[in-house]
Amino acid sequence: MDGGAARLDAHAHTAQNRTMLSFAFRRFLSAIPTLLILIALAFALIRVAPGGPFDTEKQIPPEIEARLNEAYHLDEPLYQQFGRYLTGLAQGDFGPSFQYKDFTVTELIAAGFPVSLKLGGLAMLLALLVGISVGTLAALRQNSRTDHVAMAAAMTGISIPNFVLAPLLVLLFAVTLRWLPAGGLGDGSLINLVLPVISLALPQIAYIARLTRGSMIEVLRSDFIRTARAQGLPGREIILGHALKPAMLPIVSYLGPATAGIITGSVVIEQIFGVPGLGRYFVQGALNRDYTLVMGVVVFYGVLIIMFNFLVDLAYRWLDPRVKL
Amino acid sequence: MTFFARRCESKTATVIVLAALLVLTGNACSNKNSPAPRDYGEIGGPSGTELAIVQVLQKDNGAEPQTLDPHRATGVPEGNILRDLYEPLVMEEPDGTLIPGAASGWTSSDEGLRYEFALRPDGRWSNGDPVTAHDFVFSMRRALDPATLSGYASILYPIKNAEEINHGEQPVENLGVRALDDYTLEILLRGPTPYFIGLLNHSMAYAVHPPSVLEHGDRFARAGNLVGNGAYVLKDWVVQSHIELTRNVRFRDNGDTTIDTVFYHALENSDAVFKRYRADEIDLTQGIPSKQFKWIRTNMADEYVQSAYLGSYYYGLNVTRPPFKGQPGLRRALSMAIDREIITEKLSGAGELPAYGWIPPVQGYEPQRPEWAEWTREERHAEAKRQYAEAGYSDRKPLVVEILYNTSQDHKRIAIAISSMWKQVLGIQTRLLNQEWKVFLQTRATRFTTEAFRAGWIGDYNDAYTFAELLYSNNEQNDPGWVNADYDRLLTAASMERDLEKRARLMEQAERILLDETPLIPIYFYVSKHLVKPWVGGFVPNIMDHVYTKDLYILKH
Repeated sequence: MDGGAARLDAHAHTAQNRTMLSFAFRRFLSAIPTLLILIALAFALIRVAPGGPFDTEKQIPPEIEARLNEAYHLDEPLYQQFGRYLTGLAQGDFGPSFQYKDFTVTELIAAGFPVSLKLGGLAMLLALLVGISVGTLAALRQNSRTDHVAMAAAMTGISIPNFVLAPLLVLLFAVTLRWLPAGGLGDGSLINLVLPVISLALPQIAYIARLTRGSMIEVLRSDFIRTARAQGLPGREIILGHALKPAMLPIVSYLGPATAGIITGSVVIEQIFGVPGLGRYFVQGALNRDYTLVMGVVVFYGVLIIMFNFLVDLAYRWLDPRVKL
Repeated sequence: MTFFARRCESKTATVIVLAALLVLTGNACSNKNSPAPRDYGEIGGPSGTELAIVQVLQKDNGAEPQTLDPHRATGVPEGNILRDLYEPLVMEEPDGTLIPGAASGWTSSDEGLRYEFALRPDGRWSNGDPVTAHDFVFSMRRALDPATLSGYASILYPIKNAEEINHGEQPVENLGVRALDDYTLEILLRGPTPYFIGLLNHSMAYAVHPPSVLEHGDRFARAGNLVGNGAYVLKDWVVQSHIELTRNVRFRDNGDTTIDTVFYHALENSDAVFKRYRADEIDLTQGIPSKQFKWIRTNMADEYVQSAYLGSYYYGLNVTRPPFKGQPGLRRALSMAIDREIITEKLSGAGELPAYGWIPPVQGYEPQRPEWAEWTREERHAEAKRQYAEAGYSDRKPLVVEILYNTSQDHKRIAIAISSMWKQVLGIQTRLLNQEWKVFLQTRATRFTTEAFRAGWIGDYNDAYTFAELLYSNNEQNDPGWVNADYDRLLTAASMERDLEKRARLMEQAERILLDETPLIPIYFYVSKHLVKPWVGGFVPNIMDHVYTKDLYILKH
């Protein structure tokens, strides 16, 4: 390689880094209005819902309610409350919880997120491992019995909603067989997460398996694989070394929606299993009209999903340099 | 195979789970010092009377508690835990009988307007500080201070100047609660209040530990900060999961406490609770899924405990707008047309008592029933038809009415039953409308659109007044919007009456007016329902449904 070519290469490299940086910067800027719209929408929607945080079976006297509204600034005009909320948010303060009077929303999120992360992360890991393996296997034995059984199972997995599946799993494995706990976190050991993780992962496993199968079949038919086969490379090396990486592209682009799916799924699963994560806070917060808690979870997850989509785009580019950012 | 056989097979698994919990809570050593079992009378369980080595209780506690600050708590889930964390002046026996608590005794003078409480010299906070009369003065002032934002302050209004202080019209120092010395507390009342001693068992009258409240402010009721004088201390609080309490070794009666650790699980869904109970993860439930009632009766009869509960399930009628405004005859007809026995036997089916009067059976009060409650079904229906026709309705011009209830299968079934009874007997056309809980509460309270609506009320203390005052014209809870000068006059007279007999007669007279006017239709009186594992001993159901963990114990199983 002569010097000129090396310079050219280095130049291309810096140019690439620069586009990367400007890409990240542009994405960051575009995330701000997205987030603001999200916050405004969530703020408006929860205030539109009838009933308030201080409506209870035992009605509180009007003067006490007035004092409560004052203490939580609910007596101010909405735009002022919104401004107050944004100001707090900018300082990392999600405000006090209306329902759980001994806690702030920041504390609740700090307590609930690790639980949800563990649950969601394990579910995602399981979905990827099993989904990709099953999908690859089905692709290699296309139209065989294995393929049909795997794809039928996947179709069933996609079709059964998790709020039907989860109670069935509990009935079978906790109540009847007594192998696993029926709910809660117990002493915090992993065994308590087995059923929630499986319930959460199953629909994703099914989807990822189907995606992998389709993508893998396409890659296996491409010229470079045929060339590799012609050169006599062993089957395993062809699959793991050459076919898997390009076949993963649709999976990577599915990671964004999958994360969103796991998050929304966890709202149901955490409620069913009594797992104290953000999803459960969100459901209870909405039922209790705990305005700040619902807002907090929405904003937190909003930021998380925006960040995650950004990372997925980066990973996509890393896997396939042809992709323009 | 029945459930019982399965449970026996899995005993080992339970022991392992419990042992794991024990290791986790680090309590393995203290258990060896468990006191010998007290004489609890007859107790069941596979091993008879022998105590288990691991004394850990897993309790279902319904919704997540809003706070463990006794002066800001309002709900049942909070009350259950607070009873373990604090000892009020007046305690309860397992059966609900009032007994001395933090006060060893009391005297009343000045015709019931002045009480003097002798505090126990051996009373201790969980950090070792003595429990003094000054702590109670501080706490009751705090409970009534408008800045505390308590939603339940009105329960202490019988104390002199309490209402004025809570309205911000007088300084808290004017409260009629004084410490005569370190261990003598004086409470002055604004009027004779026969149920006052019972009120002192309510969490609003609990003492909080002044130094820790002053130091931690709004965060004093958190694990690590909370200092109590009850049998247990707060060890861990995982929001939306569980609250863990451990034995308070400084509790004055610690020697009689058997259970070392109790978990309160936050579970809103009774189906989930039931599954976890069957999986032996919960020892004691707060209720049962009503759909499973028959199955439980057949398969788990000896684990099911049911008892009368201080509550009324009723249908309110909005008397501030048509069709019920100025139509007592129509309202009576609607009440007469409802067959309560069918609802309690066929629908709720769990031993609820059909209600014809408003006030459930409470102490020192003669239950009231309208005259027609004694009639046969045919007579009732005939009279209902007559009054319905008198109100101007007929088959050609039927009454069209809306029933509002909060979204729930159980309420829906009852609403459907009532609407079909009204249809059959009187030809009424009903619309059923269900709303999500908070929406429902707001709709019901504003009275703009409601006609007939579902409601329930649980008494705050064991006295007829906690029900009677609901229909007082300016009560916030008076959702029918009923105003009756005679009723108000009788209740006011009752609240000032010092003679208990006369007081009861005044309230009974008031209830007869209420029943005749029918601004609400009583349907049934509640029962409390629990599933209790055979190895949980010492559980005694009572009308307040108050359970103290210190009275329970775990049998070997």
